[in-house]
Amino acid sequence: MDKKTSILSPLKALKYLFKKPKTLRYPFELKEPAERYRGLHLNDWDQCTGCGNCADICPNEAILMKEIPEIEAKDGERNERPEIDYGRCCFCGLCVDICPTGSLRLSRDYFHIHFDPKTFKLLAKDEKTDEEHFLPEGEYSILKASLTHRRENYEGFSSDLEYSLFDPERVQMSQASPKERKSSFIEQVKGFSAQEAQKEANRCLECKLCEEVCPAGMNIVDYVRNLWEGNLEEAVRDIYKTNPLPGVCGRVCTHNCESACVLSHRGEPVSIRWLKRYVADNLSLSEYQKVLETEKIKSVGKKIAIVGAGPGGLAAAYYLRLMGYEVVVFEKLPEPGGMLRYGIPEYRLPYEALDKDIEYIKSVGVEIKCNTSVGKDISLAELRDNYDAVFVSTGFHKGRSTGVPGSKNPHVFQAIELLRKVTMGEEIEVTDKIVVIGGGDVAMDISRTLARLQMKKFKAVDITLSALETRDIMPATPEEIEEALEEGIKMYPGWGPEKIILEKKSVKGMAMKKCLRVFDEEGKFNPEFDEKKKKEFECSMVVEAIGQAPDFTFLSEDIKEKLKYEGRRMKVDEYGQTSLPWLFIGGDILRGPDVINAIDTGHKAAKGIDKFISSKEKK
Amino acid sequence: MREVELFFGPQHLGMVGNFSITLNVEGDKILKATADPGFLHRGFEKLMEYRTWMQNFPLVCRINVVEPDHMEMVYAMAVEKLAGIELPERAEWIRSIYLELARVGSHLFGLWAYSNMLGFDTVAQWAMYHRDLILDLFEELTGGRVYHIYIWPGGVRRDFPEGFTDRMVETLHSIGKCVPDYNNTFFNNPLFYERTRGIGKVSREEAEKWGGVGQVLRATGKPFDIRKVEPYAAYDKVDFDIPTREEGDVYSRIMVIRDEMIESVHLIFKLIEGLPKGEVYNKVPNPFKWKIGEGESYVRVESSRGELGLYLVSDGGDKPYRVHFRTPSYSHGLTILEKALEGANISDVGNIMISMYVVAPEIDR
Repeated sequence: MDKKTSILSPLKALKYLFKKPKTLRYPFELKEPAERYRGLHLNDWDQCTGCGNCADICPNEAILMKEIPEIEAKDGERNERPEIDYGRCCFCGLCVDICPTGSLRLSRDYFHIHFDPKTFKLLAKDEKTDEEHFLPEGEYSILKASLTHRRENYEGFSSDLEYSLFDPERVQMSQASPKERKSSFIEQVKGFSAQEAQKEANRCLECKLCEEVCPAGMNIVDYVRNLWEGNLEEAVRDIYKTNPLPGVCGRVCTHNCESACVLSHRGEPVSIRWLKRYVADNLSLSEYQKVLETEKIKSVGKKIAIVGAGPGGLAAAYYLRLMGYEVVVFEKLPEPGGMLRYGIPEYRLPYEALDKDIEYIKSVGVEIKCNTSVGKDISLAELRDNYDAVFVSTGFHKGRSTGVPGSKNPHVFQAIELLRKVTMGEEIEVTDKIVVIGGGDVAMDISRTLARLQMKKFKAVDITLSALETRDIMPATPEEIEEALEEGIKMYPGWGPEKIILEKKSVKGMAMKKCLRVFDEEGKFNPEFDEKKKKEFECSMVVEAIGQAPDFTFLSEDIKEKLKYEGRRMKVDEYGQTSLPWLFIGGDILRGPDVINAIDTGHKAAKGIDKFISSKEKK
Repeated sequence: MREVELFFGPQHLGMVGNFSITLNVEGDKILKATADPGFLHRGFEKLMEYRTWMQNFPLVCRINVVEPDHMEMVYAMAVEKLAGIELPERAEWIRSIYLELARVGSHLFGLWAYSNMLGFDTVAQWAMYHRDLILDLFEELTGGRVYHIYIWPGGVRRDFPEGFTDRMVETLHSIGKCVPDYNNTFFNNPLFYERTRGIGKVSREEAEKWGGVGQVLRATGKPFDIRKVEPYAAYDKVDFDIPTREEGDVYSRIMVIRDEMIESVHLIFKLIEGLPKGEVYNKVPNPFKWKIGEGESYVRVESSRGELGLYLVSDGGDKPYRVHFRTPSYSHGLTILEKALEGANISDVGNIMISMYVVAPEIDR
């Protein structure tokens, strides 16, 4: 194979003298970079959430999240955008592969020559938000190319979900089948196994956008990380810092955190709610006490009365007790829990889970007096005189009526009252054909509860739900709607009630009319109907679930007079303290129906009461 | 004659890379050669202990600019072994194709350095140009020309673009067509023959004793190649030859490199033919929450300069506890080179050094 050729044979290479040279004559002959070229950064400011994952992954610390005051951050986003230091950037593109929204990309531009090192920093933008520096091909010149003279529509290496550094899909939660669910009140969501919980916890990128939207400001990232590390004790400690009802919130929280989760932009958010539930379900009561070190609480000798043992009252009671106050909670109903027990059906929140949370709160020394109605059995004035402060969170326990003709009939019910009866084990005369009016979560709760009762009695479900809102703006959570449909509930979104058809004092049907709009131009509730388009549903029972209202009958006239109001609401400060310094309010009556908001108001009130009492002592 | 101490590098024009050899010479004859590394120490192994498993992935390739790809491969393999990550089959094949392409590119780069040093400027420019064609392929596949940052734990970073294999075959054919020109001008040139035959001889026993691998060992007749000894990626799925020579001199080493390039191109064609369909990446855990259980692993691959190994230790944390590379240039550039230079002529220092493909950044890391 090796042959020594003549010394003249290399001269054959001379033939190349007559061929066209292959080298490019820059800048007259340009080479187009490849489509995946990893050049200077592009960032779509409208899509970017300011989560900062790019800055966290960067191996060279080349990315700094810079606050941009002009950007008005949406809920669950930050007004920070990445600034790239090209003195450090190594163009690896890890920032692109971690970007959950896909806003950060690399372009095919790669030129920047300057004497001033300060010019090597770039607040990455793209042609959408920076028309000044991104130029169309005609205006762009390679001779001027720099960080601020870029070509538009020149995208290079960009994000691909298949190759992203995060997992866009959540671990599927095992749930009872619709058939299984319909015929009993068993809990629908079965909960994660240890392995599933760990895998789901691993998905969290720790950008903390969730913590900023949580009404209670929970340390979500910390407890998810501790759960991932298998340290449940530390996780439960993190949770109890701001939320003493993890078993409840792990099931029925409205999970603002998940809506804000940055993974939800192109995939599914981390199942933060189910992870909290996993922590709560996997530690026993005795372990709670040991872990949270609440066995020895030093008393400060002050007494606080709390009206209402719902989430707001329980949270306030727990945190006040931790501070050493003697706390007595007065509850009108036979058992504590408020709306959690008497409003939310068992298949969503089993009583054992609620009892566990309440048992723990009781175990730290909170006294709960049930069957004691403030305003009837004991007056608010008495509480004022016998206690150092009073916290009121009585909730929204009164249903609202549609007020349409026939709604006063005894076969027309309020959802909230029926739900309470189911919990108390009272008999409900369920009929075979029911119409439910309302499109919120309570409407779903009552429809699904009645479906279970119908199954028991008639072995069939015949429930028609009508809501003013169309499906896309129905206030109920999308999963609830989906699950209700799975259970055989017929839904008519976009229809409003006209009248209840009565015959000899019994309900025969429901007349509906088409709803054209729910809110007016100013966004106020002001429904408009098409009087020509009508529908009738045959039924023998009607349930109204169009909203709830507070009941303030416990306030005596003299107290009512002394209170100051802002519009129709009581005037309160950040701690829920009213114009009567001894009276604090919280829960639904302060912020409307929501568990996690109620817990937050309870926690804040506890801090406020402590502040109020210590300031009183100083005087 | 008087014995003189000479510094060959780092500034010497004949030196390739930031490396130095102190020569004790008498006239033109080298009495003693002392390799003097340390001009390019960047502390990679320590740096890697401070970066997470994923953050190390763009870092490792930078250890060796000549052929970054095998560095990526060895890191990915070590992490996969430690963490027990399985790969999709297609990823294994793509890795093999990619690494062979890297081998060709790297050898062309080496050929540029070598022929340039011998004064064959025309061949040097051809080699550089042909390497650039291969870099174009890398650019299309990975988005980077020199640092590709492509093989990561779990597979490869992106699949082949549409029609990529066709363009790869076309490019390799166009380079292959020039092999007769290379032969005429360089490999079969009597000048090259005269300059290399019998120069820088290393016997097989010596090479084995002093840690010789790659062409150094294969030029002495031993077909030692990690791709065969301990097959990784898809190398056990296709058939290929290990070119060897017997003499162990500069000539044999350069000819082994030439034959290897040609064999690699054939290997790429075979791999493209058998390339299976499917996924190319199995997701690894979230990079912010990735801990690898306690343990250690040693993996090795056949880089274009010989056996490249990585010893990786995890203490159960999110970063490596200890990283150590076993690089071929370390033994070639320090031990074997010192022995091979003894008694050689001063004008052959570069000749012998580059024939062993000593890459300075690999020695220092």
